[in-house]
Amino acid sequence: MIPGSFEYHRPDSVDGAVALLNEHGDEARLLAGGHSLIPMMKLRMAVPSHIVDLQAIESLHGISEEGGEIVIGALTTQHEVLASALLAGKCPILPEAAALIADPQVRYCGTIGGNVANGDPGNDMPAIMQALGATYRAVGPNGSRDIAARDYYEAAYFTALEENEVLTQIRIPTPAAGHGAAYEKQKRKIGDYATAAAAVILTMDGGRCSSASIALTNVAATPLYAEAAAAALVGTDLGEAAVDTAVRLAEEITEPTSDGRGPADFRTHVAGVMVRRAIARAQKNAG
Amino acid sequence: MAKMHVKLNVNGAEVEGLAEPRTLLIHFLREQLSLTGPHIGCETSHCGACTVDLNGKSVKSCTVFVAQANGAKVTTIEGIANADGTLHALQEAFREHHGLQCGFCTPGMITRAYRLLQENPDPSETEIRYGISGNLCRCTGYQNIVKAIRAAADELNASREAAQ
Ligand SMILES: Cc1cc2nc3c(=O)[nH]c(=O)nc-3n(C[C@H](O)[C@H](O)[C@H](O)COP(=O)(O)OP(=O)(O)OC[C@H]3O[C@@H](n4cnc5c(N)ncnc54)[C@H](O)[C@@H]3O)c2cc1C
Ligand code: FES
Ligand code: FES
Repeated sequence: MIPGSFEYHRPDSVDGAVALLNEHGDEARLLAGGHSLIPMMKLRMAVPSHIVDLQAIESLHGISEEGGEIVIGALTTQHEVLASALLAGKCPILPEAAALIADPQVRYCGTIGGNVANGDPGNDMPAIMQALGATYRAVGPNGSRDIAARDYYEAAYFTALEENEVLTQIRIPTPAAGHGAAYEKQKRKIGDYATAAAAVILTMDGGRCSSASIALTNVAATPLYAEAAAAALVGTDLGEAAVDTAVRLAEEITEPTSDGRGPADFRTHVAGVMVRRAIARAQKNAG
Repeated sequence: MAKMHVKLNVNGAEVEGLAEPRTLLIHFLREQLSLTGPHIGCETSHCGACTVDLNGKSVKSCTVFVAQANGAKVTTIEGIANADGTLHALQEAFREHHGLQCGFCTPGMITRAYRLLQENPDPSETEIRYGISGNLCRCTGYQNIVKAIRAAADELNASREAAQ
């Protein structure tokens, strides 16, 4: 379990990190909390010869609200997400999900930027970011650009981020006051990735659902934004027929693999169960 | 690959050494500093036997490069006892309440519980179980570990109150 050799860099600015990425190309990898990358390096599934550790870049920390957006610095840890009063008040699905990720030690290290940048279909934050309509700010040699979470994931570990870009911020349109949200995750034990999980965010108006979004974790090579499933809820009172339709439409877009977490059709079924539970709980949380 | 010069504060003492950046913190502690309290159970970030305190956070030292810890403050089980050499309340409580059998998980358990009680001095049983969910024990069934941590919390709170 000894990773390959590398040269270690600890730049103190985003520009410094970008310059190192630019210089070393695909030989270099960014290191945030290291709790996805180091296990991969131990298995020699990743063998970078340059590690660019982001820990000294102060500007990548912190959670704030700017205008109508919640802005989370990429180096914010899952532990900090859990402890944030701002998020508990305005975007409670994030602390709720952080509490379901791994264990205390992993949450002290693992960052939200690493979680969304990584491109591992098992990571929990990407689907939630898709449901929230978040964008990721990427800084490269030519300045910065924003990438929608819904457009970011291309295949397992392949994303829209360029090799010489750093993901610096996650920007989330502040969810409407009174929205209801829930993240339901089926896992075998603490520290396990999801067999299937679902994020649901909705608003209710006079007993009817006025907006909804749904996204799924770990039932395809990428997180899945379940647009049709959510559309089936809008305008309804979330009665049985509407929920059944949403569950079916969500199940239809899944393409899980069979693995230790179960055969593919079981995982599709679990995804449906998670969607159903998350809708019910989001409805309860709304208002 | 060239070795790098690393400098850490470990259990209150400044230490320096030469190490390849890829050296895992647990290997540096055990092999270069002879601090064999933190154990290697799984080496895959699951069991928590390698838990140490790094800049005020519990971390699995098998999943941290020594290069990342350069400049940091580290506490291992060897640094938990009281300054006068008596056992820390947690150590005493684990002994008293049979919080260990083979003892393999114990250094990680106590180091983790140490940080848990700093953050939450009066945890419920549920909070204790959730707080130590990154530490596996194959012997005790956890009952007595939970009891020991709760007893240590009471002891620490009582002595804090007495001091006030
Ligand atoms: C035992 C265990 C259980 C786990 N269980 C779960 C779980 O249930 N759910 C879950 O979601 N995660 C889980 N994780 C993963 C954990 O949450 C990771 O820490 C997280 O996914 C990655 O964050 P990191 O900061 O550790 O990233 P790193 O490991 O440092 O980096 C991951 C990847 O992202 C890249 N990267 C990191 N930061 C940036 C950035 N700012 N810009 C561009 N690229 C960047 C790196 O180059 C690397 O390729 C688990 C990990 C362990 C060890
Ligand atoms: S040895 Fe580090 S978690 Fe098991
Ligand atoms: S006492 Fe044996 S593993 Fe915990």
